[in-house]
Amino acid sequence: MGSQGGWGQSKEFLDLVKSIGEARSKAEEDRIVLQEIETLKRRINEPDVPRRKMKEYIIRLVYVEMLGHDASFGYIHAVKMTHDDSLLLKRTGYLAVTLFLNEDHDLIILIVNTIQKDLRSDNYLVVCAALAAVCKLINEETIPAVLPQVVELLGHPKETVRKKAIMALHRFHQRAPTTMSHLISNFRKRLCDNDPGVMGATLCPLFDLITEDANSYKDLVMSFVSILKQVAERRLSKAYDYHQMPAPFIQIKLLKILGLLGSGDKQASGAMYNVLEDIFKKSEPSSNIGNAVLYECICCVSSICQNDKLLKTAAEVTSKFLKSESHNLKYMGIDALGRLLKRNPEIAEEHQLAVIDCLEDPDDTLKRKTFELLHKMTKSSNVEVIVDRMIDYMISISDNHYKTDIASRCVELAEQYAPSNHWFIQIMNKVFEHAGDLVDVRVAHNFMRLIANGEDDEGAGSQLRSSAVVSYLHILAEPKLPSVFLQVICWVLGEYGITDGKFSASYITGKLCDVAEARSNDDTVRAYAIAAIMKICAFEIAAGRKVELLPECQSLIDELSASHSTDLQQIAYELQALLGLDARAVETIMPYDASCEDIEVDRSLSFLNSFVNQSLQNGARPYIPESERPGTLNISNYGAHDQLEAPSHALRFEAYELPKPSPPPIPPALLAAAPVADLVAVPESAYFSTEPHQPSEPLGGAAMSPAEHGLRLRLEGVQKKWGRPSYSSSSSSSSSSAPSVSAPSAQKPANGVANANGAAAAAGAQARDSSYDSRRNPLVEVSAEKQRLAASLFGGSSARREPPPAAPPAAGRRAVKPVATVVAPAAPPAPPAGDLLDFGEPSPPPAAAAAVDPFQQLEGLLGPASAASSQNSTVGAVAADLLSLHADPPASLAEISLPGKNPLAEISLVGPAAPSSPVVKKGPNPQDSLEKDALQRQLGVVPSGQNPNLFRDLLG
Amino acid sequence: MIHFVLLISRQGKVRLTKWYSTYSQKERSKVIRELSSLILTRGPKLCNFVEWKGFKVVYKRYASLYFCMCVDPDDNELETLEIIHHFVEILDRYFGSVCELDLIFNFHKAYFILDEILIAGELQEPSKRIVSRLIAAQDKLVETAKEEASSLSNIIAQATK
Repeated sequence: MGSQGGWGQSKEFLDLVKSIGEARSKAEEDRIVLQEIETLKRRINEPDVPRRKMKEYIIRLVYVEMLGHDASFGYIHAVKMTHDDSLLLKRTGYLAVTLFLNEDHDLIILIVNTIQKDLRSDNYLVVCAALAAVCKLINEETIPAVLPQVVELLGHPKETVRKKAIMALHRFHQRAPTTMSHLISNFRKRLCDNDPGVMGATLCPLFDLITEDANSYKDLVMSFVSILKQVAERRLSKAYDYHQMPAPFIQIKLLKILGLLGSGDKQASGAMYNVLEDIFKKSEPSSNIGNAVLYECICCVSSICQNDKLLKTAAEVTSKFLKSESHNLKYMGIDALGRLLKRNPEIAEEHQLAVIDCLEDPDDTLKRKTFELLHKMTKSSNVEVIVDRMIDYMISISDNHYKTDIASRCVELAEQYAPSNHWFIQIMNKVFEHAGDLVDVRVAHNFMRLIANGEDDEGAGSQLRSSAVVSYLHILAEPKLPSVFLQVICWVLGEYGITDGKFSASYITGKLCDVAEARSNDDTVRAYAIAAIMKICAFEIAAGRKVELLPECQSLIDELSASHSTDLQQIAYELQALLGLDARAVETIMPYDASCEDIEVDRSLSFLNSFVNQSLQNGARPYIPESERPGTLNISNYGAHDQLEAPSHALRFEAYELPKPSPPPIPPALLAAAPVADLVAVPESAYFSTEPHQPSEPLGGAAMSPAEHGLRLRLEGVQKKWGRPSYSSSSSSSSSSAPSVSAPSAQKPANGVANANGAAAAAGAQARDSSYDSRRNPLVEVSAEKQRLAASLFGGSSARREPPPAAPPAAGRRAVKPVATVVAPAAPPAPPAGDLLDFGEPSPPPAAAAAVDPFQQLEGLLGPASAASSQNSTVGAVAADLLSLHADPPASLAEISLPGKNPLAEISLVGPAAPSSPVVKKGPNPQDSLEKDALQRQLGVVPSGQNPNLFRDLLG
Repeated sequence: MIHFVLLISRQGKVRLTKWYSTYSQKERSKVIRELSSLILTRGPKLCNFVEWKGFKVVYKRYASLYFCMCVDPDDNELETLEIIHHFVEILDRYFGSVCELDLIFNFHKAYFILDEILIAGELQEPSKRIVSRLIAAQDKLVETAKEEASSLSNIIAQATK
């Protein structure tokens, strides 16, 4: 072992490393590091530090930084070191700067000059060091400074330099494709480089380029194929062999490229079939790298034009993966299966048991991969089981990132394949309940829209709604519901709470008041709640009943009237005003169940005509559109506009601006958001975009082009007059009325949280409209698909399996459905083998595995412990030889090793340690095992306590 | 592309970090913390892959050291696993039966080796022999520099006697 001594480190440095190694806690480690930082700060700034000493300081800085502390005080010294003439120091300097600096760091500008000089150096090692730094440090701004030199280096006699130059250009291309566009031909040239390493490196940039635009590289297909063929036939130097495979990393890269080039191109694909077949044959399935190549082949086969023979081979390999004991291979198998499914959906049937095993596996990684696969193979026939599974898993995990992911998958599948709206609502309730804060608001809006007019059949629709109301009243009892879910609940209760007469208005309003009270800091929920109360009151009044507000409701209104949120205030005042109106007026303002009705906006404001005429007759000046007015606008004009245009409570800067003859440039967002045709949408999006813009662009509010200005101003006025535009008219035009109902805050300007929420809601609501329409179609199609499924069920070809015992509710639900598939759940005659999702089946294998695992773990723990205790005296053995276990036979007795032939399985100490301690009985002697385990832990955690040898020799 | 390489000991101590994508110091510590708790707790027979924030982290344990690489979701995990192994084999060749201590005290050497294997987050040299040769060439240069320095100091010492 060449580790200790001879490397020229000082005792100080070794002491540091040692003391950190011995630190018993993170706090102690931090203390040591901080002390070291102090020392370094002092020393490094001393005058005339010898260069050699400085090198060591720099390395110590790297160490400190690696441990997660800030060493920025020394960066400049690392930069200085790159200027040094000695290669040794220069290399250290470059190493340190590449580790310290990100590409946007200020100090980089100081290095560019050195890099330029070094790229010209005669010594290729200096050039290499500079190129390595180029890859990490050169940013978009500095590319031009080094680009010509790097390109020149492509012709350097040393292959290492050429290779690094290629990689540097690749990096440039990633950072700033435009600066590179004229140099792309260089990559093509380098593909023919004599050196396989350079050729292999060239594949990286080519892969990126082909991903962007495959068509320009079709001419290279034959070259790639022939390179791959030569590689597979072992024409490359032996040096590129890796575990008996000829240049597997190059093969993999080539296969990736071919997959891209052959996708959708019959001719190109045709050229590849032979070589792919060859590789399938030649790759060794017993080694990990062989499997990596095989997997890449499968990916390639599944992306190029279909070839049945290759697909068959790919399927065979996939099934081997799936049947393997190794989790890694199973994982790859599941992934490969997902890819092949696109080509041949039946492929999955054969592997249903394996897939189910993976789904039940305790390994989260495997489980998630399997969900990915299930997601790909979801059909309307199995959506219920799959989504149920996903939701169960979603509830069980705490990782928010993945929870969001799987929740959105559930929503997507449910939206796409829902067999019935009833089921859909149930699923969405679960998603909202368990991952409510993680799903997109848009999903909630979609969902409300579905409840409002989900069923074509009116009877079924109202049944759906009342069942939603009942279930929500039930759910409300639960504590800690996510905000989004509460919004949905409030909305549904407001719209449909008293529809079927089961619940009294006071009961529902009571519940809503409870919600609003419980969520006193969530303005959005409160807004939904109070709006819902308003609706219920309106319906009561319209129905001719007398409304008597509950005392708690009255106090809520009083509270909200004084709320900090102007949004809430406004609704509260509106509600109070509404209570004083008569039935007819109320009915016009808030027609029942009109959330999905479209509203028509009178854009010419014709109802004001008589008023205008009258005023004109009385001598008022006629209105001049802003564009036609003389250039100067007075300040009061500005003020007036602002109030109407973007009434927010942000500071107004405009008043202090000098009047400008021409309007300042319009922020693009505003322009984009102002399609005059879509009348209702305009104010919404205007709020959405003006609010965030105001801080940065003080003129934003006033910067509208005059033409839009006038038109929009009026519209705003109209809307505000009626408060809730959705109810102001019930005839139809083309726009989004529902958003305004569902998100009251979207309509009104407000400050603070409610404002932001409103903006988001408005955006969501707009998006919803489009997404909603597109979603409707699949839902309608579902019934057609169901019929097909029913047909196929009885035909028995695609075979829906019996509803598993684990999921009987599925059958129940289906039977209730009003749609014509009642027959579906009835025991299918087809063999159960047809379906992948027989979750009802018990799966003994994972259970068995779980039972075995603890022993194996013990085995692992025991091994090194016993080894360490028996060989306490040999330093090398304590930090047990990392690699003694792979191909090389053990060199010394001290190395614990196993004559394993399979390096992959045995490279880790966990496995091989076991044979070295055969005396220890695993099962029957738990106490012994535990003792050894404890010893081992101690050894591991505090090496110096029990085992000073680990460090003693180093210092000697 | 490989976004970063981490070497963590079984006790969660960092032995080597190399970042190919941009992460601030704060993000780095967070990544290390999250990944060590994720990876160190995994059982021995499970997959060598973990899905993490939309990326995949491929890890492998060698004795008491975990080698981790974070790759894009569409990268080939088995290949990444072999890149790790490739790295370890080269370390082994260089140090001669490498152990954790070698890496603890010579982490800068390990960095130099890693720089010859990976560049800009991609595997640059798939041949062990060539990497070893390059590293040897660099070391030799260092040796000659040292010799020169010592002989120079000898001369000076003699001259000033």
